[in-house]
Amino acid sequence: MRVNRLAVTAVAILTAALSTACAGGTDEPSAQSASQSAAPAGPVKLTYWTWVPNMDKIVSVWNQAHPDIQVTVSKQAGGDDAAAKFLTAAKAGNPPDLVQAEYQMLPSFVAADAVADLKAETEQVKGEFGEGVWSLVTLGTDAVYAVPQDSGPMMLYYRRDLFEKYGIEVPKTWDEYAEAARTVRKKDPKVFLGTFSSKDPGWFAGLSQQAGAQWWSISGDAWKVAVNDEATKKVAAYWGGLVKEGVIDDMPYFTPEWNKALNDGTLLTWPSAVWGPGVLSSNAPKAKGKWAVAPLPQWNAGENYSGFWGGSSTAVAATSPNKAAAAKFATWLNTDPQALELLIKEGAIYPAAAKGAALMTEAPDYFSNQPDFWQRAAAIGATARGFTFGPNVNVTYNAYRDAFDKAVAAKSDFTAAVQAMQDTTIADMRKSGFSLAQ
Amino acid sequence: MRSAKKGTRAHRAGAVPYLFLAPAMALFTLFMALPIGYTVYLSLRRTKVSGLGLGKGARTEVFAGLGNYTAAVSDGELWAGWLRVLGYGALVLVLMLGLALVFALMLDAAHVRLARFTRISIFLPYAVPGVAATLMWGFLYLPGLSPFGEHPFLSADLVTFSMANVAVWGGTGFNMLVLYTNLRAVPREYYEAARIDGASELDIALRIKIPILVPSIILTTVFSVIATIQVFTEPTTLRPLTNTISSTWSPLMKVYRDAFVTGDLYSAAATSMVIAGISLVLSFGFLRIVKNRAFGES
Repeated sequence: MRVNRLAVTAVAILTAALSTACAGGTDEPSAQSASQSAAPAGPVKLTYWTWVPNMDKIVSVWNQAHPDIQVTVSKQAGGDDAAAKFLTAAKAGNPPDLVQAEYQMLPSFVAADAVADLKAETEQVKGEFGEGVWSLVTLGTDAVYAVPQDSGPMMLYYRRDLFEKYGIEVPKTWDEYAEAARTVRKKDPKVFLGTFSSKDPGWFAGLSQQAGAQWWSISGDAWKVAVNDEATKKVAAYWGGLVKEGVIDDMPYFTPEWNKALNDGTLLTWPSAVWGPGVLSSNAPKAKGKWAVAPLPQWNAGENYSGFWGGSSTAVAATSPNKAAAAKFATWLNTDPQALELLIKEGAIYPAAAKGAALMTEAPDYFSNQPDFWQRAAAIGATARGFTFGPNVNVTYNAYRDAFDKAVAAKSDFTAAVQAMQDTTIADMRKSGFSLAQ
Repeated sequence: MRSAKKGTRAHRAGAVPYLFLAPAMALFTLFMALPIGYTVYLSLRRTKVSGLGLGKGARTEVFAGLGNYTAAVSDGELWAGWLRVLGYGALVLVLMLGLALVFALMLDAAHVRLARFTRISIFLPYAVPGVAATLMWGFLYLPGLSPFGEHPFLSADLVTFSMANVAVWGGTGFNMLVLYTNLRAVPREYYEAARIDGASELDIALRIKIPILVPSIILTTVFSVIATIQVFTEPTTLRPLTNTISSTWSPLMKVYRDAFVTGDLYSAAATSMVIAGISLVLSFGFLRIVKNRAFGES
């Protein structure tokens, strides 16, 4: 019995201690450390973390043409996890040479001193990109922290067949959208016009951009944070009202339930971005040929604005021993016509480089019913306005999920959730010591 | 004379015991003491940003004193998380261990048909990885997909029960097996003697088997308490499917969020030290309370 007691006690100590050790650990398999210590004599070896589909195929084209710079793709899961993984790897001192960086995460990477300034290396290609997208990689400073890869101007995806069935016009304003939402509920109580996702802060940020929000800005040597500005509160109040009224559903995007609704016609619209066809074709294969695109509804009739949801760039790790080679690959990947064509065809992305649009001729297979898909996308893309992202977007986005989860579940005031995002963001920046402008 | 002999032998042994201990101590230092020490070190640090925080040298690591600890302890969200886990844990402990005990006693009773098959089918869910099990249940819970019809299994009121159900489903088999194995090791003569004295099967279960099982029940309880404190997989896996689980639903989820979502390793380290402290107190507290009852005989 005595032995038994000792065993139990020991197990109690060990397990309690283990829980701490696991939680505090920062280990990250260091597959790429080998490449960093590679002797300069052989070809330069670069590792590249990305989640663009078929990137290995695109990279193999580069590798064949450039025997002296060999790139290895390490496929990532994407999203917030990928950003956290890169930040952790950079902290541990073994990041990849190249990394796919979503625009909203780039300031966090810069703030952690994890990505290199590519100003000199990108001087030549600056002209390839529009001003809006270029400002997303300079953060309004003199430095250039990444090469833009794709952008995500937002547009409205809708079920053309079911719009006809229920006799709804494509909404031109958000007021019309709300009215259409009510009509749909009356005609078929099982069907929703749309759903508000409390899991997708990037989506909400894009809608706020469309309304003219400026969540962060730099004034002098200080950050100005305005997540709770009037434009954002307007967007939040609008959706909160519809959710409370029960005419808009509240299931999050990218869930099995949502897939089912996209497939079986119980969800009629999705305000999304230009990369939507990829998602629809894999998540709602049965509805192929039934969806169409239109510009986002506007806040005031006659206006013409859109926002950005997602989009990413290619950054070079600050500690990479082969920065020049990495920058060379990054600029080739995102500006060379051959690479752009591969990105479009193999990676199913919408290139940020201006000449990319000319290469997009054939509509995505899923939208074969809309042959002018890319022309429409390009026209909408020209109306998209973005904003500067701050150094702790991850904190703000996490606050979005928690605050809107609660607000949606309680059907309470959405503008209070926006205020919670603002307060959390400010508190975090103040704690770290950022200079804040009032 | 005898004691003198013993003394010389012990004297001659000298460094030998330490030599035998060395591998264990080296492993302990390397994989336990050092990581914990590093966590403690991290928990006393914080980042200090100057100006906009962009560019080289704008971010430095400084000594924070106990600042991270006071922040962790005074964070209402952490204690709300403990409350949620407490409710969840009470459900899981009672249901899982209760079922495990009942199943073990039933299987051990004489003349059970299909004992082998039943034992394996009760144990089988334990072999399913937590993430897979939670996803499977998650699909069963989602109103739009569930074969059980449109029930709000993941609503704010029911989500704790739904999560406890996953844990009970997965853990009962393991605990049952621990108890059952213990029961099989009990000499059958006890039961025979009891039967001769006129005891029914129920009497045998209540008055002989359960008292014999008490140490094992305590062991499984301690394991389950620790597992409950560390609950992470189920809520994290279910979270993308519903609005009702926050990123700080359980204390360990808050540690994960701080470390890997909002990028504050230092607060995460402090919070995990607090969690480790509380789980030590809970495990030892439980052992202390039941010590006399369980181990009094020896």
